[in-house]
Amino acid sequence: MEVLLVSLLNGLVYGMLLFMLASGLTLIFSMMGVLNFAHASMYMLGAYFAFSVSRVIGFWPALVVAPVLCGGLGALIEMYALRRVHKNGHIAELLFTVGLAFIIEKSVQMAWGLLPVAYRVPAVLDRPLFHVYGSNFHAYRGFMLLVSAVMFGLIWLLLTRTRIGLVIQAALTHPDMVGALGHNVPRVFTIVFAGGSALAGLAGVIGGNYLVTEPSMAVTMGPIVFVVVVFGGLGSLAGCFIASLIMGLVQTFAVVLDVSFADLLAHLGLKVTSATPLAEFLTIPLPRVGALLPYLMLILVLLLKPRGLMGTRDT
Amino acid sequence: MSEGLVRTGAPALAAGRAGGLLRRQWPWLATLAFALIVPWFSFDWTTGRHSGFIVSMLSQIGIMIIFALSYNMLMGQAGLLSFGHAVFLGLGGYTTAHVVNAAKSGTLPIPLELTPLVGGLGGLAFALALGYFATKQRATAFAMITLGIGELVTSCALMFQTFFGGEGGVSTNRMTGHSLFGLGYAPPIQVYYLIVGWTAISVALMLLLTRTPLGRMANACRDNFERAQFVGYDPRMVRFFQFALSGFFAGIAGALYTLTYEIVTYDTVAGALSANALLMTYIGGVGVFAGPVVGAVLIVLLQSWVSLLSNSWLVYAGVLFILMVTFAPGGLAGLVLMHQPIWRAGRLGRLAGPYLRLVVPALLVVVGFVLVIELCSFLTIGAAQGKSFTLSHVTIDPRTAGPWAAAAVLLAGGGVWLRYAIGGFGAAWARVTEEIKATGMRA
Repeated sequence: MEVLLVSLLNGLVYGMLLFMLASGLTLIFSMMGVLNFAHASMYMLGAYFAFSVSRVIGFWPALVVAPVLCGGLGALIEMYALRRVHKNGHIAELLFTVGLAFIIEKSVQMAWGLLPVAYRVPAVLDRPLFHVYGSNFHAYRGFMLLVSAVMFGLIWLLLTRTRIGLVIQAALTHPDMVGALGHNVPRVFTIVFAGGSALAGLAGVIGGNYLVTEPSMAVTMGPIVFVVVVFGGLGSLAGCFIASLIMGLVQTFAVVLDVSFADLLAHLGLKVTSATPLAEFLTIPLPRVGALLPYLMLILVLLLKPRGLMGTRDT
Repeated sequence: MSEGLVRTGAPALAAGRAGGLLRRQWPWLATLAFALIVPWFSFDWTTGRHSGFIVSMLSQIGIMIIFALSYNMLMGQAGLLSFGHAVFLGLGGYTTAHVVNAAKSGTLPIPLELTPLVGGLGGLAFALALGYFATKQRATAFAMITLGIGELVTSCALMFQTFFGGEGGVSTNRMTGHSLFGLGYAPPIQVYYLIVGWTAISVALMLLLTRTPLGRMANACRDNFERAQFVGYDPRMVRFFQFALSGFFAGIAGALYTLTYEIVTYDTVAGALSANALLMTYIGGVGVFAGPVVGAVLIVLLQSWVSLLSNSWLVYAGVLFILMVTFAPGGLAGLVLMHQPIWRAGRLGRLAGPYLRLVVPALLVVVGFVLVIELCSFLTIGAAQGKSFTLSHVTIDPRTAGPWAAAAVLLAGGGVWLRYAIGGFGAAWARVTEEIKATGMRA
């Protein structure tokens, strides 16, 4: 029971972090059709910016400054580079972001070194928040949940209650029509790209010290975020939210539950020995499969529902 | 004309065909001839050995040519963007490693020359199994499924011991003692010639495939899959066959990889190699059959030499990539093709002057840029690794202002000059095309 509750909370924290990354990506992806491989690089930059800024003026200002820096960088990239590539087609745009991801990764190595940096949780939050059945729930995780929840609320309000939000929503499904109605679609693109980058940066700020801040963090996070976006379905923030939570929970529980097919079969009275066919496959414990599960789920969902969980349009 | 051909009989006809082949395919034959003699340029007559570095690099070029062309069967010819193509290279490689080990132990006496075929069949089998699911979708969904498959197989390769050997991979020994020509395959140069042979066969087969109904329908499904359906073909089956065959050729590349390095690890199925396929194919040019060949040669050369000299390969690759997608979306082959009408009109010489004027400023910019990157790199990573920046025996200290100022001057001055030169080049290009158009009108 205690394992269940703690894992539930941890899964929620991880899922919300994923959502913060994936929400920006899903907006960019749905609206501009760009598979942005540099999105996770923005997450990494957010963490590194926060590390550097927090050493000078502390963690709390960094919480604002780092995402703003990432957003500004995103705006510059969209206005001065991506827009030029746009006319060469979607694959060219995608490859552009791949090149960008290469450059950012190496630049980070040059600026901050190859090893993880000591980006730590602020002292105020570095304590247990409450006890559940004898295990601690760390205050910083509570803070992460709070930030993500506030962020989720703000995005929702922005998209449903403001004029620009309505334009963005319309552009998600009918970008040409929105342009025909006289809205400045390129500017909306810039805003969305900058906003998405800022969200990724924020995820980096609060995720970098929770996980680890190192030059390979973009590469480890990148594919998972793609999985979340496609799993949830294009053009659907709600699908993205659900997908993030599912992925967060699945990965957390997979680490906790130490079972294998062999254990299941043992319950049914079948004993797996090394002589059994597929013994190697049957005895793999679930925690080792954990990293694999999101991809398995992605493939299954795409085969059954090519639009993803709640996708509103074709990919 | 045709009557004359009939009367002169079959031998002349065959000779005519051979002559036609020579006339039409001479670039391929010249490339093949060059590939056959090029290792001898690095032959050391005093020791009687080939340079190991050169032979290894040439072998890698051969492998990557097959790999990039097989990738272009999906990306260029069928319009399918795959993020997991290395899976089939790797699985073909693993299959080959097991078969070669079986040959060594004597249970399966297959000649080493034919093991690439086995690797290809391995790649084909896995491509049939995985492609059955992946090709149910197209466009982005297909790309994402292949991304998932790539990650899945990489995780499996690390997890399972029997087939993949876990993290250590599967080692093998190519000196099995079974050979069609009685060769031992101990020296790498013998393997290189095996690679040249299989590369020639694979390239020819892939070229012929583009002329079959399948190849044509793949193009049709890429351009407009709805219309392709009206012709009476099932686009899904077209995608499936194209995917399977592309897996076959990737498997051949994987087999040659195994024979060259005598070990297969999870790197061969991992995302970095898949990204490399995309890089080579796109930089070479997806629209032309020979494009990926150019890309493969260029990328392997850059990768081997740049990574010897500098640890900033990723930055250069990234910048090259960004420049290509921004200014030359057709790749290198596309750039060459742009000159075709001018060459036909016999006016290519008119562009020589403007091109020469580009060379110096472009070199300045490149040198300035490389200097900046290397200075940054040596300031942080190099310092941490205890290396110092030496340029032809002169040590450059990145903590002094001198080199930085030099780099800045080169970059800024070269940049302004290059901009000016590009302006002149654009004007010259426009003039030449205008003239050709004008003469075309008159004719």
